[in-house]
Amino acid sequence: MFGVRGSGDTSGYGGLVRTVQLPGAATPPFGGWFDEVASALDAAGRAAGVEQPVQAVVLHRGEITFHVRREDVAALARVLRDDDALRFELLSSLSGVHYPDEVGRELHVVYHLLSMTHNRRIRLEVTCPDADPHVPSVAATYPTADWHERETWDFFGVVFDGHPGLTRIQMPDDWPGHPQRKDYPLGGIPVEYKGATVPPPDERRSYN
Amino acid sequence: MTTTDPYAAAESSTTEGRVYTVTGQDWDSLVTGVAESDDNKVVVNMGPQHPSTHGVLRLILELEGETVTEARCGIGYLHTGIEKNMEFRSWTQGVTFCTRMDYLSPFHNEATYVLGVERLLDIQDDIPEKARLIRVMMLELNRISSHLVAIATGGMELGALTVMTIGFRERELVLDLFETITGLRMNHAYIRPGGVAQDLPQGALDDVREFSKLMRKRLPEYAALCNANPIFKGRLEGIGHLDLAGCLALGLTGPVLRSTGYAWDLRRTQPYSGYDEFDFDVCTWDTADAYGRFRIRLDEMWESLRIVDQCVERLDGMEGEPVMVGDKKIAWPSQLAIGSDGQGNSLDHIRHIMGESMEALIHHFKLVTEGFRVPPGQAYVPIESPRGELGAHVVSDGGTRPFRAHFRDPSFVNLQATSVMAEGGQVADVIVAIASIDPVMGGVDR
Repeated sequence: MFGVRGSGDTSGYGGLVRTVQLPGAATPPFGGWFDEVASALDAAGRAAGVEQPVQAVVLHRGEITFHVRREDVAALARVLRDDDALRFELLSSLSGVHYPDEVGRELHVVYHLLSMTHNRRIRLEVTCPDADPHVPSVAATYPTADWHERETWDFFGVVFDGHPGLTRIQMPDDWPGHPQRKDYPLGGIPVEYKGATVPPPDERRSYN
Repeated sequence: MTTTDPYAAAESSTTEGRVYTVTGQDWDSLVTGVAESDDNKVVVNMGPQHPSTHGVLRLILELEGETVTEARCGIGYLHTGIEKNMEFRSWTQGVTFCTRMDYLSPFHNEATYVLGVERLLDIQDDIPEKARLIRVMMLELNRISSHLVAIATGGMELGALTVMTIGFRERELVLDLFETITGLRMNHAYIRPGGVAQDLPQGALDDVREFSKLMRKRLPEYAALCNANPIFKGRLEGIGHLDLAGCLALGLTGPVLRSTGYAWDLRRTQPYSGYDEFDFDVCTWDTADAYGRFRIRLDEMWESLRIVDQCVERLDGMEGEPVMVGDKKIAWPSQLAIGSDGQGNSLDHIRHIMGESMEALIHHFKLVTEGFRVPPGQAYVPIESPRGELGAHVVSDGGTRPFRAHFRDPSFVNLQATSVMAEGGQVADVIVAIASIDPVMGGVDR
């Protein structure tokens, strides 16, 4: 009836392809203390032998994210910790994010740095392709990265070169696969309730 | 077919050395075996099931006599995939998941996640004042209950059982308050993006005032029992030493960092949810050992009571003010009420959406089924939980579900200090060191 075409899904949600626009790169001047940190990072990075330290800067909701190349992350971590204008003493968090749609840059590693001296926070973002998921480890500069990098290896499969002991930390030691990647199933079995079957959460209708 | 039962053999030779399985009444086999070997080293598994390891924590200790030469942590026994599960639920449902991570401070988990979501939604300045005050009050009450558990379990692990009974007695009072206000004793899902789930019920503020008065009489009991107790001091002083450089290198925050004398408290340095309007002191100690961390937790409970009293004072005249953001497309619509058969949908709310307002019905339907959409981007808003810096890194791709929600849990990071604190000391000090870090395995493993 009414000329059903395709699957007959009239909800409007099936087949809707939305292009996601993540916040774009910002151009200097950034405002506030962001410029000071950006220029200090650029200068200190170049002094440490990194050709172009910052690939892109994203400003969103009052937070600044520096996109850097994965080869440079170890050297930049050292200057971020030691340079007087930067002094990011504490690595708050190191985690992975998997963007399966960004072909060639699927795995992102996000570093949250805190400077207690200057009371500031920045974020560093590093990408690596699925085919070659290697990122240099920052555990030599920030020993706290030890367990964080192990967790990121465990859940995403990012190999941190130079890590003192990169083994699984949360999953059992002989677990196959990397669970928090988007192509890894959530798990769960369908449940029958009052005559209907409720599928596991990753197979339910999505409104995205 | 030969099947070897690993638990039957009392002693077996493996590539790693001799493995002794002792089950009771046969400890001398281990003792004679170790005496026969060249060195005195034994690798002992203080396994995940243990009354004193503060949860399901596996400690692999290499002992030489009574001295610990190497200590490693094995974690992951409580990993339930909360972060991955949140990727398949709406933003509001995510609150119900993250609240269960660090189960002793559920409000803090909710708060950091919700602050991140609100930053992405750009409604940080639109949160009503009453919601901010209720959040602060619940966060501080949670800090009191969490520190009570830390002190109680720490004392019990030492053998001071009275500390446990009085600690949990006080905690019951706090949980009763939580039940009055949120409906649940633990894992409340009360702080939601936009505000809090429901307004304070009648009489809740009086209950909080009563509680505060009672706590001021009860808190000195802990000090009287422990502070100058020679056994307590003997067990805690000088144990688990970690100075400021070590803390910063290992990423430790919270009472462990403040025990070195550095007054870093996110409520003071990077205030959130209106903490800059409150009058409280940041508690520090200068000995960088387990005793200092215990004293800090006691002092922080007093400071939390101060903040709670200020919240109650400010909430006093705010009857009827909104507790959710004004934007109806984000504000959680439905209300709960106690009915004849327990807690359920408030009949007033149902009458409103079914009889009075079509828009309210639409908003209720869309928010409960689909949820609101969060603009794409990422945010990280850390807060000061009882254990240290707790931050949620939320990534949105513009949809109704978190694309990624990673929690920087303080227990996970603080537990890395176990090796540094335990090695070189005695076995009994390992327990004390870990108790002074106060890890909650739900947060460690998520």
